[in-house]
Amino acid sequence: MSARTHRRNLINVIMLGLTGLCTLAAVAVLFFILGYLVWNGGRYIDWDFLTQLPRPVGESGGGMANAIVGSGKLLLVAALAGIPVGFIGGVYLAEFGGKTFTFVVRYTADLLNGVPSIVIGIFAYTVLVLPMQHFSTLAGGLALAVILIPIVLRSTEDFLRAVPQTLREGALALGAPRWKAVITVVIPAAMRGIATGVLLSLARVAGETAPLLFTSFSNRFWSHGWNEPTASLPVMIFTYAISPYDEWRRQAWAAALVLLVLVLFANIGARLILSRKSLSRGF
Amino acid sequence: MPAYQTSLTQIARRRTHAGKFLERLRSGDEIAHMVTLAFAASVLLITFLLVVELGRHSAASWHEFGWRFLVTSVWDPVFGEFGALPFIYGTVVTSAVALIIAVPIGVGAAIFLAELAPPLLSISLTFVIELLAAVPSVVYGLLGIFVLVPLLRSYVEPFLQSTLGFLPFFQGPAYGVGFLAAGVVLAIMVLPFIISISREALLAVPMEQREGALALGSTRWEATWDVVAPYARTGILGSIFLALARALGETMAVTMVIGNDPKISSSLFAPGYTIAAVIANEFTEATDDLYLSALVELGLVLFLVTIIINALARLMILATTRRGTEHP
Repeated sequence: MSARTHRRNLINVIMLGLTGLCTLAAVAVLFFILGYLVWNGGRYIDWDFLTQLPRPVGESGGGMANAIVGSGKLLLVAALAGIPVGFIGGVYLAEFGGKTFTFVVRYTADLLNGVPSIVIGIFAYTVLVLPMQHFSTLAGGLALAVILIPIVLRSTEDFLRAVPQTLREGALALGAPRWKAVITVVIPAAMRGIATGVLLSLARVAGETAPLLFTSFSNRFWSHGWNEPTASLPVMIFTYAISPYDEWRRQAWAAALVLLVLVLFANIGARLILSRKSLSRGF
Repeated sequence: MPAYQTSLTQIARRRTHAGKFLERLRSGDEIAHMVTLAFAASVLLITFLLVVELGRHSAASWHEFGWRFLVTSVWDPVFGEFGALPFIYGTVVTSAVALIIAVPIGVGAAIFLAELAPPLLSISLTFVIELLAAVPSVVYGLLGIFVLVPLLRSYVEPFLQSTLGFLPFFQGPAYGVGFLAAGVVLAIMVLPFIISISREALLAVPMEQREGALALGSTRWEATWDVVAPYARTGILGSIFLALARALGETMAVTMVIGNDPKISSSLFAPGYTIAAVIANEFTEATDDLYLSALVELGLVLFLVTIIINALARLMILATTRRGTEHP
């Protein structure tokens, strides 16, 4: 073997090895995050953490029950406002849309999806908080809905487009009007995928902090109804993490573990639902 | 053709149009069309409102400072003096650091996943890496404060100082919090975007390209680097732009590790501030209208920059995936 070939082979092995190392590094980061949070947060999670209100500074114990419920309420508002808009809009893009307008909506949705969440927070503040004159669960939930809509819209459209054309033609050939074909045949065929998209979008907004800072704000106590500021897990993690109190920092770790487990379970669950779908289609 | 005849055909045509419309209306299709259209259009409405609101609420600051807002560096809410330069500088520097770290690792990993790994391994590893994108940014911030910052302060920054200390970037006291910490956190956060989109762009390269290069006697690496990667260039570039837009707009993790000090320093060890971080920290404290308006204007700047970069990224990614489908 000539020296040149030898050198080329050496470079080949080194560079390909390096790409493997890059992958290893990226994967290792995730496992480090998971491991560190489980190890660190797991020690501080107990029954009190899940059921008690935050205690004043200096007192030990207490928990984040209000933040857990608050996050749930925010997600509920976001889901109720965002999912229908995203879903029906997605149906339009895939089933009823023309060419130009569909492209414009799709492209705008992609851009809206890329808008920094802090900017969405400013938007929700000027549109909702300023007129209402106070922070509220409603404003926070609607801010999250603005983030949710483009995600649900695009995933719904993609999964509807993946439904074979023959299914639509079959329904139309039986004399069904288009809307009936869409509701009774096309949407059920894509339901699993659409549900996955919705689940993933909820997981995404569940961890959003920036848009909540000045919409739902924060609360040390229970938030009643939908018109009061409310605590939420991400904002609690933020305030507790940058605080100088050890007790608060410990609780931030516990809250981060709760949040991460919820988000990762949603992601893994969604992936499992989808892979079973492609499996059944293969048979 | 006589004029009256033309008009007659026109009327006839209009009649059939109207007839079709009525028929569609009766069958419900026209209603379904209009209802779904309204929901789809709401995306446009929201985006339009977003722009209008940002513009409206930043008008006061714009009238007061004009272009000066972007190039002066005094940020003093007490005296009503607002210059955004330190925040713009911090945003640009942290994003640049993030890309310098994340692009080589991300593209490298994408090459491994697309070209070397067996399909099953590639799919499962990609899934694991995409989970990284699902981790909430506040969790990254938490780990940043308590793991990364002490690590940088005690080991990495002293090491960089002793080896590369002659460069202006690696001078001055090691605080831990600062541009470098924010850049590293951002690098980890944008990595999954670069990897997953670059991998798709590489997978869209036709097999013949690889076979051709290999048949000419190139090694696996040469085929990948000289033939496959250039073919997927636009898609890879798109993924980098997308990552850049993410990095520029990322708020929580950066706010928690950058030190929140509106100063322009050449050293990466020094604390700084970014646009998103100052909005997150000061928005609820903004007591007078001009202060609030200045913060909204920062938001507008961030919005415009990220939207332009995103638009470019989407076009690039669209171009590659289209080209890939042309050669199945």
